[in-house]
Amino acid sequence: MTYVLTGDEKPLSGIGAFRAKVTTLDPRMRIVMTAVYAVVVVSLSNLWVLSAALGLSMWLLAYSGLPPRKTLKRMAMMDSFIIFMLVLLPFTIPGTPVFSVWGLEASWEGLRRAAEIALTANAVILAVMTLVGSMEPVTMGHALFALKTPERLVHLMMFTIRYIDVLREEYQRLRTSMKLRGFRPGTNWHTYRSYGYLVGMMLVRAIERSERILAAMKCRGFSGRIILLEDFRLGRSDLLFAAALTAALAALIWAEAIYAAS
Amino acid sequence: MLLLDLNNIHFAYPGLDPVLEGVSMQLNAGERLSIVGPNGAGKSTLLKIIMGLIAPASGTVAAFGKPCSSEADFHEMRRRVGFVFQDADDQLFCPTVAEDVAFGPLNLGKSKQEALAIVDAVLSRLGLMHLRDRVTHKLSGGEKRLVTLATVLAMEPDVLILDEPTNALDPSNYARLTEILKGLDQAILLVSHDPEFRAQVAPKEYHLKDRELVRV
Repeated sequence: MTYVLTGDEKPLSGIGAFRAKVTTLDPRMRIVMTAVYAVVVVSLSNLWVLSAALGLSMWLLAYSGLPPRKTLKRMAMMDSFIIFMLVLLPFTIPGTPVFSVWGLEASWEGLRRAAEIALTANAVILAVMTLVGSMEPVTMGHALFALKTPERLVHLMMFTIRYIDVLREEYQRLRTSMKLRGFRPGTNWHTYRSYGYLVGMMLVRAIERSERILAAMKCRGFSGRIILLEDFRLGRSDLLFAAALTAALAALIWAEAIYAAS
Repeated sequence: MLLLDLNNIHFAYPGLDPVLEGVSMQLNAGERLSIVGPNGAGKSTLLKIIMGLIAPASGTVAAFGKPCSSEADFHEMRRRVGFVFQDADDQLFCPTVAEDVAFGPLNLGKSKQEALAIVDAVLSRLGLMHLRDRVTHKLSGGEKRLVTLATVLAMEPDVLILDEPTNALDPSNYARLTEILKGLDQAILLVSHDPEFRAQVAPKEYHLKDRELVRV
């Protein structure tokens, strides 16, 4: 059934819409290896080793066949979340001063820590984007289920994928009808009240819809379990990929140990 | 053979006036009935009672000769009664059409291979094979309607219950739906406001008026 979800017509847009080489690998293996990768990289602390880890992530990106520019742009977007912390770190961690801005002294230790966090974060996020982010959300749900993630969580995720659009459309319809009756948002009670009604109506409709969906599922013999159609197979290329990545991670740990000892 | 047998059904939503008072109806094998009535007369409520989604205050529902009272009874009967909902978005909840059509057969205990075979058989019978791998929420209204019919037919029901199936269909999908329904051998219970559609699909009528069901 994999071809249903990863065939030419990509069900859900996003980065998965590109025909990436990495999508041929077993999604379960990709999720597990990403978790292992993240744990290993987070536990590294030497800057050289971390740079090597980022290099490894770059190699994953090159291997995955995802469009590099677009992926790196996304990675940079994540950086904007941590940039303030990175900028402030040198000034907040005490240590040997390097330079000063308006009387505030930046420390070597802080600078080092900032570089460490930046490298770690980027290496991990890039690996997550190439290995897991290239997956259809639906495939990911199925893979998580195959990895024994609690059924309820997987179903919650699948229903979210399916109905988020319906809810969005409902919201848009309500907004349009408000607009057509001359509603202009402003800073006044009328606006607040109207938005309150809008949100309340969305909630009521969502609850009612969920009840109707459950009824429809019951009518088709639903008894508490959704049987998923997808079967995953761990092939030779999957094992090879996992072995290669494990070897690379082992090398990183070894390098870290060497630097720590010296 | 008596497929559905409703006897003296009474029902009221909590805190509101009664919707149904002493409703009885029978559906025989191969029979095609439609229920007509003004908005809010309780047609959809009646269908929900038949499917066991809500319980009547009094009265009995029997399907295929067996009385249905507990959820377990209705679970059995729902395997043989297909219900097409008014809003297709309520019914299509799987990401892709194939998965949605397979949902029912899988619930009936079919293996994945069998379910996939049924998916292909039903979709090609309805001429919907081109929609097989499409995402359900991106289908057009007419396509959604036809796919909901496929999801129900995949369970090979003995009875088909349709709640306003022609809502918002364009003429070509309307004609297609009529053609498909006319070609089925299932017994049909139809709720529709469209006289022409009723005449074609289920000419025998019940009127739901003043909380009672009257054979026309």
